[in-house]
Amino acid sequence: MNGTFNIWLIPLLPFAGFMLNGILGSRMPKWLVTTVALLAPLAAFGVVVNAARSVFGIGVSTSSLPYIETCPMGWINIGALHIDFSFVLDQLSLVMLLVITGVGFLIHIYSVGYMSHEEGYARYFAFLNLFLFFMTVLVLAGNVLLMFVGWEGVGLASYLLIGFYFQKDSAANAGKKAFIVNRIGDFGFLIGIFLLLANFGTLTFSEIAAKLTASPAWQGGVLTTIALCLLFGATGKSAQLPLYIWLPDAMEGPTPVSALIHAATMVTAGVYMIARTHVLFDHSPFALGVVAIVGAATALFAATIALVQNDIKRVLAYSTISQLGYMFLGCGVAAYSAAIFHLVTHAFFKALLFLAAGSIIHAIGGEQDLRKMGGLRKHLPVTFWTMTAAVLAIAGFFPFAGFFSKDAILYAAYLRGPGGIALWFVGLVTALLTSFYMFRLWYMTFFGESRSPEIHPHESPWSMLGPLVILALLSIGGGWIGIERFAAYLWPSVGERVADSTIPHLELNLSIAAVVVALIGWFIADRLYREKPAHAAQMAEALPGAYKLLANKYYVDEIYGATVVKPLLGFSKYALGWVVDVGLLGGFAWLLGGIALFSGAILQRWQSGNLRSYAAWLAAGAAAVLLFVLVPWTTVWPDSMQLILKVTGR
Amino acid sequence: MNLFYQEVPLAWYLLLSAVLFSLGVLGFLIKRNLITVFMSIELMLNAVNLSFVTFAHQWHAVKGQIFVFFVMMVAAAEAAVGLAIIIAVFRARATLAVDRIDLMKL
Repeated sequence: MNGTFNIWLIPLLPFAGFMLNGILGSRMPKWLVTTVALLAPLAAFGVVVNAARSVFGIGVSTSSLPYIETCPMGWINIGALHIDFSFVLDQLSLVMLLVITGVGFLIHIYSVGYMSHEEGYARYFAFLNLFLFFMTVLVLAGNVLLMFVGWEGVGLASYLLIGFYFQKDSAANAGKKAFIVNRIGDFGFLIGIFLLLANFGTLTFSEIAAKLTASPAWQGGVLTTIALCLLFGATGKSAQLPLYIWLPDAMEGPTPVSALIHAATMVTAGVYMIARTHVLFDHSPFALGVVAIVGAATALFAATIALVQNDIKRVLAYSTISQLGYMFLGCGVAAYSAAIFHLVTHAFFKALLFLAAGSIIHAIGGEQDLRKMGGLRKHLPVTFWTMTAAVLAIAGFFPFAGFFSKDAILYAAYLRGPGGIALWFVGLVTALLTSFYMFRLWYMTFFGESRSPEIHPHESPWSMLGPLVILALLSIGGGWIGIERFAAYLWPSVGERVADSTIPHLELNLSIAAVVVALIGWFIADRLYREKPAHAAQMAEALPGAYKLLANKYYVDEIYGATVVKPLLGFSKYALGWVVDVGLLGGFAWLLGGIALFSGAILQRWQSGNLRSYAAWLAAGAAAVLLFVLVPWTTVWPDSMQLILKVTGR
Repeated sequence: MNLFYQEVPLAWYLLLSAVLFSLGVLGFLIKRNLITVFMSIELMLNAVNLSFVTFAHQWHAVKGQIFVFFVMMVAAAEAAVGLAIIIAVFRARATLAVDRIDLMKL
């Protein structure tokens, strides 16, 4: 190790930005708020790039990883429990940091244009910087507990930003929903942490990994329980079945927030967490299988819902859930590097999709309904071309970024025996659906005639288009690193080797299959939404049951409402509210008050208000004292002394 | 010891003091007029003063006499404040009957 990277600066710089803009932002001029908000992530990105240069040996000599910075004071020291406040930079966290600070910085720039006319400009950027702070803490954390701090923190930032337009009921409710659903997942995560602590006596990732590596025979059992608890936490944060329901509603937040938090970075925290604790999952094939099944099921489930949504951001939200399902599928077949690879490329093209959608929404005055768009290609050329790159990338066309990463996951799934082939097939169907709904969105926004002729769209300012162009370049070229090189780089962190197949040309054939289904999806979308837009409506009428089921998102919100939310609210209102609160606690309070009132009513009689009666009591008291002092009690009543001694306990 | 300067026994002084004090207490308890009540208080204070002086003379200690001055001083201050209150009460209520000055009662 030569030199220090000062990685503690990476979280601290956004935090400083948050403090400045959060406390003084409302009193600072706008240009100063902007400067602070942009400098914080830029400087953090600079620190990351500096570290990356050293790691990759560009310009300077190569450094070895992992690189650890620990707070010398320690953090938690209770009895036998010692938890350090330490940041770890290794191959995995470096990739994540590059994505978070890099894409994060681009989205900050974009936000300057997007939010320029909004109320609460400083508040917005303060929260955005706060998010970067917690996210980098999450990624850099050297132990599970510190990761949990970041984990909770990004949840908080997410809540604050979803409810950014807090005057709107729907936004405030969406924020609450996101927070509460995440809390349910966090419950699983916490139980997992406690179990880790109980069984390993440490929460440091490297020590847990060392203990597990030392005992390769240790399989299943408690490890499965821990892994499933962690997975449950991950399903909350990463919007997987069964806790995905908050993400579509999270689209109530400003669009750049959806891009940064609810597409590119925060929601991938679950994937990162599984990759980070992969040793546990490697020791529990059952848990790994559950991860794969959850991922594949979510990918397909969310993709089907995305087919019929009409809100542009909701389509993208379900697409995000679906793509996260791919990443879980990758983790579930132990292809962690493929999952992280997809995480990176997804961050590029999904951030781009959201930002482009934001640009469209911005251009046509806040409209989000796809049915009211159309023919925007001529008005928004830059947005159109960048979004096209993103659509091709997510649909998985060669040579765009999504092609490489999605193929890596599908290939890895295919190699896992018969169950793996089933997972691969689900992934392939999802790829078809993905291609279809993305091109549906593409056709409905950019092609045909404008369905709202009264709107005069205008291209966005360059502060918004610049990030679009950069992200488009990344979406096109980001996959060319190739999974082999990426896996070789990531190997020290996730420790998995992709076994090559013995079947000749298998990978090539699978790739061709994936591109073919993507083409089919494009073709269907083309027929339905470009050539004969009426066909789509006819199809919806021909299959009313299926259409209604999808349009209402399988009624999952309603089912949860009826089975979980309503009973819980009823329990709170009647059992807790009336019986416990009003009955027990209120009754106790009334009892205390009643005793005071009753005894007061009796003692009140003493307070006659008659001066002479007071004086009489006074005189009587004085007489009693005199009597007690003057009368020689021991002679009058010989046993009195014993009585007094007994009473006073001497 | 000549006839004219015969020592009065200590007990007599104390008895007188006790009788005066009891009269004061009695007056305080049974009189209705506020001024009489006030005078009863003064009587009690002076009964105590008498016993102080007696003991001071008996034990040749000056402390008892000093205490008497303190009590007289406090009694004077009390008389000033007390009489002011009595006047204020009389102006407000047009009565000095103790039984009827019971506004503090709920």
